[in-house]
Amino acid sequence: MSVADIAFYAFALTTVAGGLFTVLSRNPVHSVLWLILAFLSSAGLFVLLGAEFIAMLLIIVYVGAVAVLFLFVVMMLDIDFAALKAEMARYMPLALLIGLVIIIQLAMAYGAWDYSTGFETRLAAPAGDVHNTAALGLLVYDKYLMLFQLAGLILLVAMIGAIVLTLRHRKDVKRQDVLAQLYRDPAKAMELKDIKPGQGL
Amino acid sequence: MISQDLQIVLPEILLALYAMAALLIAVYTGKDKVASVVNWATVAVFLVLAFWIGVSGSGDQTAFDGMFNDDAFARFGKVTILISAAAVLAISRDYMSRRGLLRFEYPVLVALATVGMMVMVSAGDLMALYMGLELQSLALYVVASLRRDSVKSTEAGMKYFVLGALSSGLLLYGASLTYGFTGTTLFSGIIAATGDEVSIGLLFGLVFMFAAFAFKVSAAPFHMWTPDVYEGSPTPVTAFFATAPKVAAMGLFARVAFDAFGGIVGDWQQIVSLVAILSMFIGGIAAIGQRNIKRLMAYSSIAHMGFALMGLAAGTAAGVQSMLIYMAIYVTMNIGTFAFILSMEKDGTPVADINMLKMYSRQQPLRAMALLFLMFSLAGVPPFLGFFAKFGVFTAALSSGLVWLAVLGGIASVIGAFYYLRIVFYMYFGEEKDGLDSTMSPVAWAALMASAAIMLLGLFNLFGIEGIAAAAAQSLVN
Repeated sequence: MSVADIAFYAFALTTVAGGLFTVLSRNPVHSVLWLILAFLSSAGLFVLLGAEFIAMLLIIVYVGAVAVLFLFVVMMLDIDFAALKAEMARYMPLALLIGLVIIIQLAMAYGAWDYSTGFETRLAAPAGDVHNTAALGLLVYDKYLMLFQLAGLILLVAMIGAIVLTLRHRKDVKRQDVLAQLYRDPAKAMELKDIKPGQGL
Repeated sequence: MISQDLQIVLPEILLALYAMAALLIAVYTGKDKVASVVNWATVAVFLVLAFWIGVSGSGDQTAFDGMFNDDAFARFGKVTILISAAAVLAISRDYMSRRGLLRFEYPVLVALATVGMMVMVSAGDLMALYMGLELQSLALYVVASLRRDSVKSTEAGMKYFVLGALSSGLLLYGASLTYGFTGTTLFSGIIAATGDEVSIGLLFGLVFMFAAFAFKVSAAPFHMWTPDVYEGSPTPVTAFFATAPKVAAMGLFARVAFDAFGGIVGDWQQIVSLVAILSMFIGGIAAIGQRNIKRLMAYSSIAHMGFALMGLAAGTAAGVQSMLIYMAIYVTMNIGTFAFILSMEKDGTPVADINMLKMYSRQQPLRAMALLFLMFSLAGVPPFLGFFAKFGVFTAALSSGLVWLAVLGGIASVIGAFYYLRIVFYMYFGEEKDGLDSTMSPVAWAALMASAAIMLLGLFNLFGIEGIAAAAAQSLVN
């Protein structure tokens, strides 16, 4: 076994274990931490595949942003996880049975895996001697231009959706009107009074 | 090269640009005050694009290395999608403004969902398929919970979102298995790789993907979300769900079945047949107990998807042709029926109980007659167009040797006829009730009457749709 093999099995086992404990752990904060472990070890798998850029993206986006967001949500929302778990426990036998069937089926599928004839000829050719980012840029901005733009539209829909479903214009809140403030005429707003000492207004 | 590609996807680009421009203009001007203008502008853009695609397109073209197809099949789907989306927006404006739901984001989201649907029916690659599907679905999740202060509407959006995400997961898993077997995500590559012998891994990929498609067309056993989502969403949104997205999902189903897995028809025929039978029976039997007309229409749509899938199960060009005609007729019937449901009000609040329809014929004889036409057509009673839709898919199934499928379909359509005829019975023979308000927006009235008239007039030559559908089917199955 070469070093790469050992590294692969280590990362793969950690990923699976991380995923398993994400589901199993009682404390939701622990779940998020296990999830981060799963993300980190899958980033390791990407490095082994030679996709360093994707690996770094996985760490920056998923560990850095998504997992932290999960953590915030878990802490800020008042969700009774114990009650949810109790609800889930009722269906556990059925879920386990279905899971077992799916595992057996997948074992059948992967155990007798064969590639179609001419598999290699259909695979996309490696990008040659360029860096990850350059190769990715060539694909995303050139060959997959349409898909890239569609992904942009999907994000736009997500943004519109978030605003439509959450933004509320409350009438009883006073807002700052910058223009009204700027256009206010000091001569009308203020009055200078010359007050003699000891007299008052 | 790139300019040719862009030329082919021009309708999608224009619609996306329109959606973004409408969004910007509405945000920087009157916001919800211009919602009505945006609504009508979107209707106009849909109709212009439908006309343009229908008239200008010709031949088979592919763009972006085969990722995007522009053929007669895609054009048929796009024209149907655009016209039905325009009709739904037009009939729902009045309802939306009376319920205080008329927000400018709604037509914009519908336009973006339509871009997704147009990509779906044109997809030539698993990735393009997924992008189109997600663009459509995400916009639909949002509009399902448009009435955000109502528990039912938010629940509908939530359920749709969670189950939709699950089905997307199934689709991606199936797509990855397919890619693992064939080494490509292009449909043209997949069909070249499948040949005669099929590995079990590819079969798994196919089953996962078909399960996801069955979810998207709301076919049993992946239909569980449909009644709740249809009931909870605002009625115009329900009308939209029941029309354009169904055409898009069915088009996508046929596209993948023939373009990618056309070499192994025998392997997916049994899956589609089973899904068709389950949908027809579950849709027919479960609707009998329903009193809420929106839930009733949900089960009705499940049953209708079963019949349309029967055409797909035939696995021939004639089958695809009958499926396309079925979808076009189904969409027309649904637009008319929902135009009526939108007007169901009692003292200014919308009602959905079918008991309110008792003796409706005495108050509004003309509207009751139009609804009677539509109900007979939905049930598949002979002189109406719905019968010819069913007849077409039965013939296609029979000519492919699927006699048992056609027989079971006949039984299911008889069961399903019960609840359509019950509505007719209530309208004409039920006991007297205080009844519904008589208000109905002129556009909805026109849509109801037009759709009912089409049900009767269409039986002469189906408005020439047969030839177009045949050409569309020919371009897909060859």
